[in-house]
Amino acid sequence: MDTTNLSNVTNAELEAADRIGKEAGVRFDDCYQCGKCSAGCPMAHAMDYVPRQVIRLLQLGIVDEALNAKSPWICAHCMVCSARCPQGVDITATMLSVRREAKRRGLRPDKEADIFDDIFIGNVRSFGKSNEAILAAKYNLLSGHLMQDMLNAPKMAARGMIGPKIHSVKDKEAVKKLVDKALSKGGEQK
Amino acid sequence: MSRVGVFVCHCGSNIAGTVDVEHVAEEAAKLPNVAYATTNKYMCSDPGQQAVREAIIEHNLDRIVIASCSPRMHEATFRKMLAGTDINPYMLEIANVREQCSWVHKDKDVGTPKAIDLVKMAVAKVNYDAPLTTTTIPVNKRALIIGGGIAGMQAALDIADAGYPVTIVEKESSLGGRMVMLDKTFPTMDCSACICTPKMTDVGAHPNITIKTLAEVESVGGYIGNFEVTVREKAKYVDYDTCTGCSLCETKCPSKVDSEFDQGLAKRRAIYRPFAQAVPAKPTIDAKNCRKLIDGKCGVCEKVCPVGSIKFDDEDKVTTEVYGAIIVAIGYQLIDWTKIYGEYGGGRFKDVISGLQFERLVNASGPTEGHILRPSDNTEPKTVVIVKCVGSRDPEKAKSYCSRACCMYAAKHAHQYLDKVKDARCYIFYMDIRTPGKGYDEFYMNTQHDGARYIRGRVSKIINQNGKLICKGEDTLLGSQVTVEADMVVLETAMVPADEANQIGSMLGITRDKDLWLSEAHPKLRPVETNSGGIYLAGTCQGPKDIPDSVAQASAAAMKVAILFSKDELESNAMIANSNKNLCNGCGACVAICPYGAITLEEITARENSVMVTREISKVNPGLCQGCGACTVACRPGAMDLRGFTDEQIMREVAALCQW
Amino acid sequence: MSSTNRFAYFPGCSADSTGISFTKSAEFVCKRIGIELVEIPDWCCCGTSAALVTDKNLAVALPARSLALAEKMDADLDVATGCAGCFNSLKSARHFAKQSEDNRAYVEDLIDMPYSASNDVFSFLEIMHRPENQELIKNNMVTTLHGLKVASYYGCALVRPSKVCEFDDTEDPRSMDELIELVGGEAIDWGYKVECCGGSHNISDPKAAKKLTERIYEDAMINGAEAIAVACPLCFLNLDMREKELNAIREAEGKSLFNIPTYYFTELLGMTMGGSFKELGIDKHFWPAEDIAKQALSARTQSDDTAEAKEVAK
Repeated sequence: MDTTNLSNVTNAELEAADRIGKEAGVRFDDCYQCGKCSAGCPMAHAMDYVPRQVIRLLQLGIVDEALNAKSPWICAHCMVCSARCPQGVDITATMLSVRREAKRRGLRPDKEADIFDDIFIGNVRSFGKSNEAILAAKYNLLSGHLMQDMLNAPKMAARGMIGPKIHSVKDKEAVKKLVDKALSKGGEQK
Repeated sequence: MSRVGVFVCHCGSNIAGTVDVEHVAEEAAKLPNVAYATTNKYMCSDPGQQAVREAIIEHNLDRIVIASCSPRMHEATFRKMLAGTDINPYMLEIANVREQCSWVHKDKDVGTPKAIDLVKMAVAKVNYDAPLTTTTIPVNKRALIIGGGIAGMQAALDIADAGYPVTIVEKESSLGGRMVMLDKTFPTMDCSACICTPKMTDVGAHPNITIKTLAEVESVGGYIGNFEVTVREKAKYVDYDTCTGCSLCETKCPSKVDSEFDQGLAKRRAIYRPFAQAVPAKPTIDAKNCRKLIDGKCGVCEKVCPVGSIKFDDEDKVTTEVYGAIIVAIGYQLIDWTKIYGEYGGGRFKDVISGLQFERLVNASGPTEGHILRPSDNTEPKTVVIVKCVGSRDPEKAKSYCSRACCMYAAKHAHQYLDKVKDARCYIFYMDIRTPGKGYDEFYMNTQHDGARYIRGRVSKIINQNGKLICKGEDTLLGSQVTVEADMVVLETAMVPADEANQIGSMLGITRDKDLWLSEAHPKLRPVETNSGGIYLAGTCQGPKDIPDSVAQASAAAMKVAILFSKDELESNAMIANSNKNLCNGCGACVAICPYGAITLEEITARENSVMVTREISKVNPGLCQGCGACTVACRPGAMDLRGFTDEQIMREVAALCQW
Repeated sequence: MSSTNRFAYFPGCSADSTGISFTKSAEFVCKRIGIELVEIPDWCCCGTSAALVTDKNLAVALPARSLALAEKMDADLDVATGCAGCFNSLKSARHFAKQSEDNRAYVEDLIDMPYSASNDVFSFLEIMHRPENQELIKNNMVTTLHGLKVASYYGCALVRPSKVCEFDDTEDPRSMDELIELVGGEAIDWGYKVECCGGSHNISDPKAAKKLTERIYEDAMINGAEAIAVACPLCFLNLDMREKELNAIREAEGKSLFNIPTYYFTELLGMTMGGSFKELGIDKHFWPAEDIAKQALSARTQSDDTAEAKEVAK
């Protein structure tokens, strides 16, 4: 394993860590690294850094590594980590905050998750509602997983779960405006 | 005109680092009536005190201002210093430029002007200081100890050995407290009962010690040297004067309930001694579970008792006695983890037990006669998981503090388990290992040699699958999730204050911290005293600690009592309330507000406006008054004043601050 | 908490697609016991976790719009929703607005609509668990589940974070278990009540999601469950649709196979109130659910627990 030279941590990284923490409403120095979060994390098996280690990177200011980690994109937002943290650190909020910061910087360590969420929000912006069939089909197309769940599709159609009808709100313009306005703030809340 | 001397302390760099002390002294010298101002590196030291004494003579000073640490720290020191001079010890004011100034600020630009302000106020006040004198109060040389655990017993024995009578009030039916429930004690592994029960016997047999069991303190009045204490001894339904302790009644009683002593792992009868070596070695009837007392049927114990000691008509006994000192040794309890940790099963899994339950399981006189068997099916667990910091270091769910003894008793449990069960595996989930103490870290290392595997991480969840308790954790040193399929899980739970701590604290005027531990008067220098004179703390009621620390603190508290009892009289507090009878209209507001019951109304007959008038005025008992000042605020006509803190003095301080 | 049984209804995007059985069964139960659901006019998608990972403001704005529309429709009505994900988004937006007057005004500005945040949000589970509604359910029962062993699965979004959800116990919720027992089922004690099913990765990372789903089935099986009850369409889809695929993998690995149908708790309630499988949407499951349901509804044995179950039915 490479040596991490902590003296190479830049001020920009430390400031970014502060910003990420602020957006998450978390003080990373509250964490005493007990690992209860990661012990109960259902997705830890798929992560490159377990949630505790993501917090550790942020504690030390190794922010670029955290932003390039897959973990925040693998996180299922089940919130079990935050619910059990003895120190009240909202780890889920941290994962979200890291992921949004990475996205703002154009990083996407997990292509699939990013494509899915972009399609989802695009869908909502256009129709005001999520159309699961469009979502799945478009995802398969853009992600290259062409055959994923195709075997289930006819069954879903037969059960009336998916159909040719596109669900949408009446006032599509209002939702579009609302989405654009929310996104225009660049992640700053107030 | 008064001649004030101002002495500004550097306190090394404690004050001088943040306050320009020389400048403070220069400014102080310009204040009205200040005849002399200087600084000293350590005002409280011998040379520092000598410098003051010399300055008093050289500059003919008649009152002193010392700018230093909190008066709680050294006011008494400087009073004592003045006692050797011509100045009355109460012609002294302390400007607290450390705790209230240098310690809360970071740079001199802020610290220095504030220190000057504080000194100005002190000078303004000291100009109105008047010489005060004290009176003496008698000392009743009898001690009361609340709690008969190891701390209470140790304190009782020490005081009794010093020759003074002691009464122990114990809420359970036997002495012994928590220690007697334990199996062995770390790090020496001597048998807890073997070293605790002889103490119990000594206490029971000591001619100077009276034991009141099933007893509670109902009220406390009075003051240091003269506490009036009312104790209720609950009905025992057994005549202790005639009972021989043969225990025939216990074997015949048909009512079985969970034994508190065995932590619910075994049953006891309704007439019972909590354990075989109980002191007093006599049974009591638990009225809630006695068939005779519930619905009049049964009475077997009465029939079998060979000496006719059963008294179903027994009643509570309430007595009031006077004591000179009180030691509070009410101990701790373990946090009820079942209400907090749903992720550990919340008490639904029989084989997830507390550390205290483990002590009973491993104890030769416990429910399994010392064989470690899991409660659900009485089989020997081949894999045990021990979880530390359950309820401690967990501010979100429970307590933020470290419970201090758990690292060691967890190691002890691992050692005992691995010693008793062959081919066993033991995993200890921990966050940090905290083993400061003689032989403690060596003990922990030995536990590792015994085969205990320490996993650094908190357990997130325990689930029950096919009779196995699956513990999910992260080995944070490995950086990966781990699971252990355990047969039994021991949760090493945090100590929390006893249920009575808050009520006893408020009854005795002892402050409690945020977790309701009783507070000592000073964390370093007055660790067994409380802020109420004549009341001391021993053992875990003050905070989590192990047996050696509890015993040491108990002996320290006993020594404080012995010092108090070595005098026949005590000097009273000089800074007490005083009522101006010419201004007092007898409204009684002060009587109602006084927390110490120190003020009464008395009738006087006096000539007023050339007429003889009989009316009520307030009177302060100098022994009871603690100088809190509540009455001075409540007094509408302004008759009540606190010596050393008169309204005039306070107003002068405010004026000094506002004139800037 | 509103004391009436009238609610502004937020169906959520899955209501007439993947969550069709939940909608049908919940509406059936509501109708039977007199819970009136008034659909929020022109409600929009709550944004779910996709909004959360994209932008904090978006995650507030989308649900807040629907809440404001509900207020506009009838300011006296609390909001009801079936989907746990929608519940969590709506509750979170309201929680944010309730934090301070500043926050509330900020939300109004975001959505360009007045929003007072006075009306609360409840899930179907919470509503049906209310004592008065339990009484109504009991009164409408025509049969019981005859001791069907059910593992109640709550998932994440109904119980976490507890400060937002304000619902049941975070680690050991009991409300669904109590409803199951109310209609004569046996709520088993098991370990995966509140563990994540991986639903949010159902499409983007189905392999990882399957692992989570498998653990849930495994624990349910070990603890003797004959059925799993859920209160969320995403959990349902993730469990029900993946069971067959999981079995295929397990077969290859030589592991024992699952045979546990998943039901919406409302389907189980509806069954005992005389709802046909078609009315309740039980015919639309991926994993066959009708046989075990039939077995449960007809007294399977003459054992004592059947008598007990009849007691419950009475």
